[in-house]
Amino acid sequence: MSAAKLSVAELRAAYGQAQVLFDVSLEIAAGEAVALLGRNGAGKSTTFRAILGLIARRSGRIVFDGEDVSRLPAYEIARRGLGYVPEDRRIFSDLTVEENLQVGRQPPRSNAPTWTLERLFAIFPNLRELRGRAGARISGGEQQMLTIARTLMGNPSLLLLDEPSEGLAPRIVEQMIEAIREMKREGLSLFVSEQNLAFARLVAERVYVIEKGKIRFAGTMSEFDARPDVRDAYLAF
Amino acid sequence: MSFYFVQFVTGLASASSLFLVASGLSIIFGVTRVVNFAHGAFYMLGAYIGYTLIDRLGAGVGFWPAIGLSAFAVAAIGTLIEMLLLRRIYDAPELFQLLATFAVALVVEDLALLIWGPSDLLGPRAPGFKGAIDLLGQPFPTYDLLLIALAPLVLALIWLIFRRTTWGVLVRAATQDREMVAALGVNQKWLFTSVFALGVFLAGLGGALELPRQAANHTMDLQVITEALVVVVIGGLGSVPGTFLAAIIVSELNAFGILVFPKISIVLVFLVMAIVLIVRPWGLLGRAEAAARTASGAIISRWRPFGAPGRIAAALAVAFAALLPIAAGNYFVGVATEVLIFMLYAASLHFLLAGGGLASFGHAAYFGLGSYGAAIALKSFGLGMETAIVAGIVLGLVGALVFGWFCVRLSGVYFAMLTLAFAQIAWSIAYQWTDVTGGDNGIIGVWPSAWAASPARFYWLTLALSAGSIALLRAITFSPFGYALRALRDSTLRAETIGIERRRVQWMGFVIAGGFAALAGALYAFLKGSVFPDNISISLSIDGLVMVLLGGVGTVSGGVVGAAIYRSLSIWVISHTDYSRLVLGALIIVLVVMFPKGLVGAFEAWRSARTGARLQGQSP
Ligand SMILES: Nc1ncnc2c1ncn2[C@@H]1O[C@H](COP(=O)(O)OP(=O)(O)OP(=O)(O)O)[C@@H](O)[C@H]1O
Ligand SMILES: [Mg+2]
Repeated sequence: MSAAKLSVAELRAAYGQAQVLFDVSLEIAAGEAVALLGRNGAGKSTTFRAILGLIARRSGRIVFDGEDVSRLPAYEIARRGLGYVPEDRRIFSDLTVEENLQVGRQPPRSNAPTWTLERLFAIFPNLRELRGRAGARISGGEQQMLTIARTLMGNPSLLLLDEPSEGLAPRIVEQMIEAIREMKREGLSLFVSEQNLAFARLVAERVYVIEKGKIRFAGTMSEFDARPDVRDAYLAF
Repeated sequence: MSFYFVQFVTGLASASSLFLVASGLSIIFGVTRVVNFAHGAFYMLGAYIGYTLIDRLGAGVGFWPAIGLSAFAVAAIGTLIEMLLLRRIYDAPELFQLLATFAVALVVEDLALLIWGPSDLLGPRAPGFKGAIDLLGQPFPTYDLLLIALAPLVLALIWLIFRRTTWGVLVRAATQDREMVAALGVNQKWLFTSVFALGVFLAGLGGALELPRQAANHTMDLQVITEALVVVVIGGLGSVPGTFLAAIIVSELNAFGILVFPKISIVLVFLVMAIVLIVRPWGLLGRAEAAARTASGAIISRWRPFGAPGRIAAALAVAFAALLPIAAGNYFVGVATEVLIFMLYAASLHFLLAGGGLASFGHAAYFGLGSYGAAIALKSFGLGMETAIVAGIVLGLVGALVFGWFCVRLSGVYFAMLTLAFAQIAWSIAYQWTDVTGGDNGIIGVWPSAWAASPARFYWLTLALSAGSIALLRAITFSPFGYALRALRDSTLRAETIGIERRRVQWMGFVIAGGFAALAGALYAFLKGSVFPDNISISLSIDGLVMVLLGGVGTVSGGVVGAAIYRSLSIWVISHTDYSRLVLGALIIVLVVMFPKGLVGAFEAWRSARTGARLQGQSP
């Protein structure tokens, strides 16, 4: 693994008094797609939020593109090309689809694919017809696409995707997989949290398993498949 | 008939300037969640700076550019305050910013007095709009017509800015979900600063444009801030069209109310606000507040009852306080009594605000009801002091039962505003019902019974009652009821799913807080020997908030400490300087910046850091 895109060392995070992450360390190489697997409440979302600096109480070292970003505010980290797609979508419901995309817009970056409205509408065709519609008045699947498209508008070089398949109809999940593959073809690095193992298999080459705020397993997808005990102990499917 | 029409049109003109101020307040709140108490002060500054600029530059650049320049000057001052002060405390518990802006308002008031002197300053008429036209046989100032045209223009402009510019889109997004906007790489700092600048600009413009209508004076700020708050709330927080509508309603109510109830037309407005909030809990055009994402880490340490050391320390403090009259003279004992009373008052509000998460902006209502209940029982019914105090408490409890029933139907800022409305209604009753309350002259001769008449004895009585009540409030905080109240504060949804009835619990909490505030009010009546409508004033309600916030809302009873410090300080400052607001305001600003968790909160944080409650490397 040359030139780590993102490297996280001894990340700890707490909500008020309750500590949730315990020394999480992980690494994503440039161009890689990695899955973060874990049950409900294992700490997947907290890991993402802590990496982006959305949790006040955290410690540890987060290096992105060779720069230590652990003390930077969230918007500064995002501006360096770290895209984040939250699990609960968090569409701006008062804004139109197009305005939602406008909020995410950032200048192009040399080390990342550049997205325009046109290219995004090509991947997420549903959004094209809905561009004038208020965010509150589109379906859950469409919201999921919008939230991804919105983050892509920032031309990130690494995308943190929090449970993209959660609560989606199978047909939409297929579309999502296709979209993610397109992003990978463009050279985008991906870090995807999932409970859906089948989904993770289709998009990721490497796996981290998290449980109770600790990394319990790290390896390639085939190494993971060779360890049914890990799957049985830390994942419930 | 034509008289009423002219009255109506005059109302519209007032609505215009009110709209300018209120829309700024609404925009600022919508994005930053700051209830900008200094907004009235900025409005007043607009008028004063306008006066000076027209005076100095009017001949050179002309009247209108001078007005525009004043608005920009005020916006520049606002921007500085936002960058130097508010930026540091956006992460502090909600309402803390209110404390800061309140302090700014205090400072500005005294600075205006220092710079422009105490007398009213009458500005020039606007060139081209000096005369009047004939409106159905009545003369009507042409300047008012200009103002009437201005409001829809500003409304349209604001609408365009928010809909058609990228800045507007970002601001609207931030209004909805600040964290998500940051996660998308938007620097909210500048967004907040620019929004604040725009809001303050509108306030300054409103103030400067008021010059041809009324002289710049030192009561402008308070007058306009209450009206603007009411307008913003009636219209729906953050909704500019709602603000527009509400400004018209409020101004017309004032215009016609003054014909019917000349003395208390402002109360009519509060009455309407109360009705609107009861019928439409989010204002006319507002929308439900998104469930506030609780700022993680706001609570510094887990709330625990005092252990043995805490109890001993508290007992020692009370015993030590009891010795005071031996060492100190009557004046000092009187001051100490007053401080004790306010410690109780603050503790009761702290219980509601910190324990229940219910920010009452009208807690003085129950303090005042206690005062009046006791005074009326003593003077009109000839009861003794002891019974009169009980009567005061009962009146406070009844008031809290009635008002609280409505208030707990709302939450957040709307709850705060409804409590404020009820306090204003209570104030107006005290002010207006002269036969019973003596109106403006108050009730005098409210002296304690002979056995408690000496300052030292009344001090001991107050010490016993305050200390006992504060201990009781703490006990309630740690009773099952107190846990239920806090569970609702931390997560209403979760608490309700485990079977806690929100309204009933919060209502009871409201009544308990009201009862203890009433006791404080009754004691205050006997300390001063008199009762005035001031005992229910907005400023007393605000004082309560200041004391609690200063102590720290994240603490079990920081309000008690906040009260001791704030009240002693203000008594001392008032007796030593003519510019007490300047000194107090500056002090609060310093404290706010240095201790964003409150004084007790800062102490607790320091202690927990020392005992090493750091993030641990191993699982629990
Ligand atoms: N805002 C919060 N305040 C307090 N505790 C929280 C908060 N958010 C999450 N937690 C706790 O932190 C732990 C990890 O939660 P997290 O959301 O990271 O899990 P997750 O793996 O994303 O789960 P899911 O699959 O359900 O999304 C859980 O025990 C959860 O209860
Ligand atoms: Mg999650």
